[in-house]
Formats: sequence, structure tokens, C-alpha cells
Amino acid sequence: MMARSLWGALAPLAIGFAAAVALQLAAGNVIPPFYVKLLMDIGINVILAVSLNLVNGFTGQFSIGHAGFMAVGGYAAGAVTYYGSFLLFGSTHVIEGWLTKGDLLFVGGCLFGAVLAALAGFVVGLPSLRLRGDYLAIVTLGFGEILRVLLQRTGDVLQTADQVQKASPATLATSLGGSLGFSGLPYYTDLFWVYVFVTITLVVALRLKFSSLGRAFLSIRENEIAAEAVGVNTTRLKVRAFVLAAAFAGIAGGLFAHEIGTSLNPRELGFQKSFDVVIMVVLGGMGSVSGAVLAAIVLTLLPEALRGFSEFRMPIYALALILMMILRPQGLLGLKEIWEMKWFKR
Amino acid sequence: MDGVAVGSLYALIALGYTMVYGILQFINFAHSDVFVLGAWISYTLAVVLGYAVAQPPLWGGLLILVAAMAACGAVGFTIERLAYRPLRSAPRLNVLITAIGVSLLLQNVGQLRWFFGTQPQRMPSLIEDKILGTLAGVQMHAVDVIGAGTAILLMLVLEWLIFRTRLGRAMRAVSHDTSVAALMGINVDAVISFTFVLGSSLAAAAGFLYAMKYPGLNQPAHATWVLLGLKAFVAAVIGGIGNVRGAMLGGFLIGAIELFGAAYLSPHLRDIYVFSILIIVLLVRPAGILGSTVAEKV
Repeated sequence: MMARSLWGALAPLAIGFAAAVALQLAAGNVIPPFYVKLLMDIGINVILAVSLNLVNGFTGQFSIGHAGFMAVGGYAAGAVTYYGSFLLFGSTHVIEGWLTKGDLLFVGGCLFGAVLAALAGFVVGLPSLRLRGDYLAIVTLGFGEILRVLLQRTGDVLQTADQVQKASPATLATSLGGSLGFSGLPYYTDLFWVYVFVTITLVVALRLKFSSLGRAFLSIRENEIAAEAVGVNTTRLKVRAFVLAAAFAGIAGGLFAHEIGTSLNPRELGFQKSFDVVIMVVLGGMGSVSGAVLAAIVLTLLPEALRGFSEFRMPIYALALILMMILRPQGLLGLKEIWEMKWFKR
Repeated sequence: MDGVAVGSLYALIALGYTMVYGILQFINFAHSDVFVLGAWISYTLAVVLGYAVAQPPLWGGLLILVAAMAACGAVGFTIERLAYRPLRSAPRLNVLITAIGVSLLLQNVGQLRWFFGTQPQRMPSLIEDKILGTLAGVQMHAVDVIGAGTAILLMLVLEWLIFRTRLGRAMRAVSHDTSVAALMGINVDAVISFTFVLGSSLAAAAGFLYAMKYPGLNQPAHATWVLLGLKAFVAAVIGGIGNVRGAMLGGFLIGAIELFGAAYLSPHLRDIYVFSILIIVLLVRPAGILGSTVAEKV
């Protein structure tokens, strides 16, 4: 894993980006729209699961407010692209083509969402991460609910370019659709951008895991007191992992907001979504990047396969979670990556 | 008066959180779902007994209260036996995840159509709504007086149970140091089971009283319920988690803060006051008002 040369460092990124381009080219012709949408869902869930794994898996803390950060990122990115399109281009129609002005605005919005989500992560994490992990669980859950209440109290979305140009920035920032959700966002999310960000997330997570910083994260998870004794600044690292995870959740939120067939509303990004992500991390293996990816893929496809039994989806997930903790507490893959498993090496 | 009534309910729920935390050192996430279950069982019983159509007798409420407490106590016992006991020596994080699993299970099984379904329901009123009089300019509603009275009575019973009986002494011993308590001949498993039964039945009582005060029952996973459970947990933290008297104090405090904030500042932001208080307490006095800081052992 220790790539010293420049090529070794950039190869994974290059391969990932090439794959993203290939997927995007295939999307229009080879892959039917339904599967394109499914692939985008998978990608977004992979980003969410892998980023939450940094906190819940690597560092051994327990956050159940990941959807809250996703909401911060989604709304921030949505506001940037929606109102930005009005101000810059005069309308919110998607500018067709690859790497157009609209595309760049959308990516800028996503990055802005990531920054804002990271900031929110810092504010939420700092008080609770000084204490024992349990508090983080409660505070993140509370954060998600407060955010939902606040978002539900925002004003209606401004509909015309004229209104937008007259409104002050403060009005724009508080006109996010209230409980009906932020509707009318342009659908900029495509397979290319989803998998570009998936690649970045995966590379960061894997490089982190096998770096000294990642080892320090793991040491906190294994034994916080011992980690502190050998000089790991546990609070600072916990906050760092938390902020990083929040940033990626923000990007996932931005992608989700501009995806076709999704609705950016406060309820959609409530604690149920957070629990979905937690379940992906726990089932895939606490601390296993490939495990989280695998679980994200399976758990995104499963509801499609079980369409007829959707009522039983959550009870089954809940039972699986309990049984997993009793029978195989480290998750399916545990800390290992899929290529480190015994049956794979042979 | 609203503040006292709601505060006493928070206190009842907070007691369950704090007792379990005191003994097992983990947040029983399923606790708020047991509280919701209590409300729904009360509703089902009230409908089955025909109180929705006919005016119920005076002891009707008491009957439902006791039945709901017994049922939830049994559920609490089962949860502990099946889900938490196999994990007694596991890392805390695993127990926490299991608790969330149990919470999700209760929420979603409750929503299945063979149980309570997803439709909101209305709790039949068991107490005639009248104003008993005014005290210092405050109107005293019968529901509030009876509700707060019942809650306070239950807390007094609990206080007596924990600080005046052998069983209570055993509970405090287990909470202080589990392994030494076991060496002293205390049946730790039995004490833990009893704690769960006690906490769950108190939550059921709170659920019943809450349904009496606010008759609109939503589906089990509804945000209102989740927030209530969370606020009760905040009450436990503010009072000092693991401290029984602290939980009672915290409950009343939270009830007062929430309703005064709603009345004098802005009613839409009531949830936010509670969580701001939590963050302030975590920053200033992490052990809570009545809690003592205990160094974590290696």
C-alpha cells in the first residue's frame, strides 16, 4: 500500500476517474435510466458509509447524525446552484454538456456544502467529543432533529429570477422551502460526478487507514486511555475524524440534492437516514473500507429486490443489527479489507 | 402548571435512563420506545375496554395504568434478557449499537399492521377535563394535577424502594461496583433484570400520563416521540447521569425551561432551548448538577 512514487499515488485516482468517465459515457446508451439512478444511489450511499466509517469504525466513536451533515451539505449546495443559476444564468435550466459553467457551479456548491458541513461537524463535535462516546450519539441525534426543526421553519423557495435578484443574501439563505422541501433544483448530478467523489472518498479513506494518522484513529478505538498514554491527542483526533466525515457527508448531500428523482426535504434526511448509514457501517465491518462499500451496495439494492415486503425491511434490518452484535460484533469483514481475507489470499 | 406536569413526565422517563446507565454504563436507546409502547398499550386497552364510547369509571384509568406498567415491565425484562445480557462483557459500543437495534425493532414492529399500524389515533379521555381552581393565578387542570400527582407518587415509591429496602441497597451496590457486589453474594443478574422492569414500567406510566395530557397518538417512529425520549435523556444528563435524584431534578428543570422558553421567547424553538442547555452543561459541568466526576478505570 505504501506507494512512494508519484505514479503510485495518483494511479488509484486516475483509475477511478477513468471509471467515472466510462460510466458516464455508458449511461446515455448502454445503461437504462433506472439503473443509472440506482448506480448514483449506490455511489452516494458508498460516500456516506465510508465517511461515517471514519468516525464509527476507525475512531470507535458513535455518531447517529450523519444525515444531519448530509442535509447541511445538500441545502447549502442546493442554495448555491439554485440561486446561483438565477443570478448568473437567469434561469435554473440545466446547462447541457460536460464541464459547463453550470457543472462547475454545481461542483462549487457541493464543495461549499462540504465546508459548511465540516464547520457544523466541528461545532457539534467539539463539546461532545471531549466526553465519553455515548454523549456524541445523543448530541448528534439531537443535532439532526434541531436541524430538521430549523429547516422546516425556512421560507418558501423563490421562483423567478426577478425575485432572486431583488432579495438580500440573508433572504436567500432562509428561503429553503420549509417542510415541503427545496424543490426545483436543477439535476446536475450524473454518474461522472458521483463516481469522481466516490473515488476521492475511497482514496482518502484507504490512504488514511494505512497512514500514521489512521493508526492513531484506530488506537483511540481500541483503547482510549492507552492511546492517550502513548501521546495521541485523542480529543483533537476525534474531532478531526468527525469533521472529515461531516465534510464527505456534505458532498453526498450535495449530490443527493441534485439527483433526479430525489426530494430534498427535512424529513427525508431525518434520523431514519442516519440509521440506514449506521447499519451499513456496522454490517460491513467497523473499520473496513471495502466492507462499508459492500454493505452500501447490498443495502441499496436490497429494497429494490424486496419491493413486495417493504413493510418488513426495517424490522429485518433491526434484527440483523442485534444478531450481528451478539454473534459477530466486529461486522462481516471486521477491520480487514476484502483483499486481506483468508479465502481471498489463497 | 404545564411545566410541572410535563416536567414530571420527563423525570419519570429520565429515571429509567439513569438507572440503567448507573448499573450498566450505557444509554438504553430503546427506553424512549418503551415509553411510546406504554402510550400505545394504554390506548389499545382503553379502546378494548370500551372507554372510547362510554364514560369510564374512576378506577378505569388506574386499571389501564397498572396494566400498561406490567406489560412494559415484561417487555423491558425480555429486552434485557435476550439482547443485552449476552453482551454483558462486550465493549460498550456494541451494547450501544444493540440498543439502537432494539429501538428500531420496537419502532418498526409497532408500525406493522398487526400491531398499532401507522395511522395516528386519539386516546379517549379518562378524566373529565375541568379546572379545579386557580393557584397564584394559574389554572389547575384536572389532567395536570392528577398526572403530576401520579408521577410524583411513583417517584416517592421509587425513592423509598432504592434508599430504604434491601433490594434498593443491592441496586446501589451493583451500580457502585458490579464485581464486588457479586462477591458479596448479590445476584447481579436478578438486580439488573429488576432495574429494567422498574425503568420500563415507569416509562409506561409516563406514556400513559402523556397520552392523557396530549391525546393525539402518532405512529411509533414519529419525530415527536423521538424528541421526547431525547429530552428525557437530556434531563438525566443535566441532573447527573446515574443519579436517581438528579434525574428527577433534571426532569422538572427541563420541563420548566422548555415551557417558559416557549411562553416568553419563541414557541417554535422550544426543542432548541433544551439542547442548548445540554451543550452548556456538557461544556461547563459534564457530570451534571448532582453528579460526581469519577475517573475512568483502566
